[in-house]
Amino acid sequence: MTATLAPSAPDHDDVFDILTGSSISFSRRVKNRAATAFMIGALLIAALPLLHLILTVVSKGAHAITPDWFTKDIPGNIGQTASQQQINERFAGGSATLDVTKVVLGMRPAIVGTLITTLAASLMAIPLGILGAVYLNEYGKKGRLASFIRFMSDVMTGVPSVVMGLFIYTVWVIPNGVSGASAFAGALALGCLMLPIVVRSAEEMLRLVPDNLREASAALGTRTWRTTLGVVLPAALPGITSGCMLAVARAAGETAPLLFTIGGVTALNASLSGGNTALSMQIFANATENTNEQTLLAWGAALTLITTVLFLTVLARFVTGRFANLR
Amino acid sequence: MTDEMGEVDDVTNTEVDVRVEVAEADPSLADERPVVFNVKDLSVYYAAFRAVRDVKIEIRRHEVTAFIGPSGCGKTTVLRCFNRMNDLIDGARVEGTLTYHGVDLYDPKVNPVEVRRRIGMVFQKPNPFPKSIYDNVAYGPRIAGQKSDLDDVVEQALRRSALWDEVKDRLKKSALGLSGGQQQRLCIARAIAVNPEVILMDEPCSALDPIATGRIEDLMSEIKLDYTIVIVTHNMQQAARISDRCAFFTTEVNEASDVRTGVLVECDRTEKIFANPTDERTENYVTGRFG
Repeated sequence: MTATLAPSAPDHDDVFDILTGSSISFSRRVKNRAATAFMIGALLIAALPLLHLILTVVSKGAHAITPDWFTKDIPGNIGQTASQQQINERFAGGSATLDVTKVVLGMRPAIVGTLITTLAASLMAIPLGILGAVYLNEYGKKGRLASFIRFMSDVMTGVPSVVMGLFIYTVWVIPNGVSGASAFAGALALGCLMLPIVVRSAEEMLRLVPDNLREASAALGTRTWRTTLGVVLPAALPGITSGCMLAVARAAGETAPLLFTIGGVTALNASLSGGNTALSMQIFANATENTNEQTLLAWGAALTLITTVLFLTVLARFVTGRFANLR
Repeated sequence: MTDEMGEVDDVTNTEVDVRVEVAEADPSLADERPVVFNVKDLSVYYAAFRAVRDVKIEIRRHEVTAFIGPSGCGKTTVLRCFNRMNDLIDGARVEGTLTYHGVDLYDPKVNPVEVRRRIGMVFQKPNPFPKSIYDNVAYGPRIAGQKSDLDDVVEQALRRSALWDEVKDRLKKSALGLSGGQQQRLCIARAIAVNPEVILMDEPCSALDPIATGRIEDLMSEIKLDYTIVIVTHNMQQAARISDRCAFFTTEVNEASDVRTGVLVECDRTEKIFANPTDERTENYVTGRFG
């Protein structure tokens, strides 16, 4: 049949060779292999530090995580409560001989501190940031004010976090004297850090919402604010949540903004006022000490922090996944 | 062409038949239907570019008015003036007069939101919200402040758009799971649910297959008893089948500056446009010699 249609129908074997790729020249095959190997290699090299980091943190921090870790206070001067020998034994893996009544490794104050500081910072930055993004994308658009805010937001993203800490130290901690350093001050600094991230990522997500949805809503006699609330924000919600989670993860891990603002008080303090601490603060404080127990505290805090951020991210994915069912 | 008109009307109901026959027997009677929109010397600009000029049309109640013409001649642009959708485009500007029951739609005191409540629109590409089928239809009434009897409104709108039987068991499912034709009927249901006086349709069938197109055409001839319909279409057969009145647009090219401007060539009863048009350009277009 085909022969009658095409007078010079190609030979079956030729077509087979072309379609299976066996007619591709040797040099092209070599180049293909080399390029593939190079790309996989690059991926592995990029992933290696991450894998190494996770493995190190888990292997060094895992044995700090006991029920006490979440319920007990951060030990003070460890040298007085445990002999150096016990510490060495435990660190060498001989945890069976460790007298836990003498050294109790707890991190509760820092866990609580991180949670309330990050939560307070999120409550400040996320609503403000989303409202800002709504203004930029739905109202300001290409106007001069919107362009100015967009530019300033970009500048704010580039401000080093330690400068944010100093800024809050100057405008909040110093004027408030003794009671200045607190979880609230820390949250202010973290909120400043989160705000531009939330604004720009939320704006990006709002921009991805197709204009024909806005038109469809407007054509039904809907005001812009109703369209934004009823159609645009729900459609952009999964993306906005991801952006916010990114900002939360960033804030939870920041140390520099907290250095001047949170006070570094290791006693449990579940309120926004008064000196507090955070996991990142404890990593910084304990990792710079010499004793093995202190180092173990730092590794444990690092593992807790990574796990918390991972948990928050997975939770956000799950929640937005449910919202996104109608997409 | 008149035969085709009759065919479509046969499948709707006898009431329409009678009226169409009367109208055909005495065209002057059709001209006595009240004018909904009166457009005079309308020009639309996008920034400095004049997209359409000197449009003069009357849209009459309970009629289907079709805008036909080649691509880029400004049919959609003119259509979007009727519910002030062009306001949403930066730099779009209208000159001339466009009245709705005698009121200038572009009077600075007129609120475009109120205009759009009375003048609904169905778009070229089906654009259901990423919500459930029910919420899509209930969206407009909810915006208008209706809280009770939403179930009834939704059911009525879906019945009118001939979609009820297909979706009644999955009202809470996402509208994005519907086929293209179903989505477009859902968009019509969504427009009907707010009970507008006029429904503007911008090539509502261009993304649909012939069967879905047929269903939407049937739907239009049915709902024109209650609504006034203005439709933009590229499909001349469709215009001939469903419309009572036709406006033919074309593009004028300024040879010197290569600027293209849409113009209205003529607007008349559909039979006349297709059988005996006044302008030569219309005749060339409808007989397929151009465009």
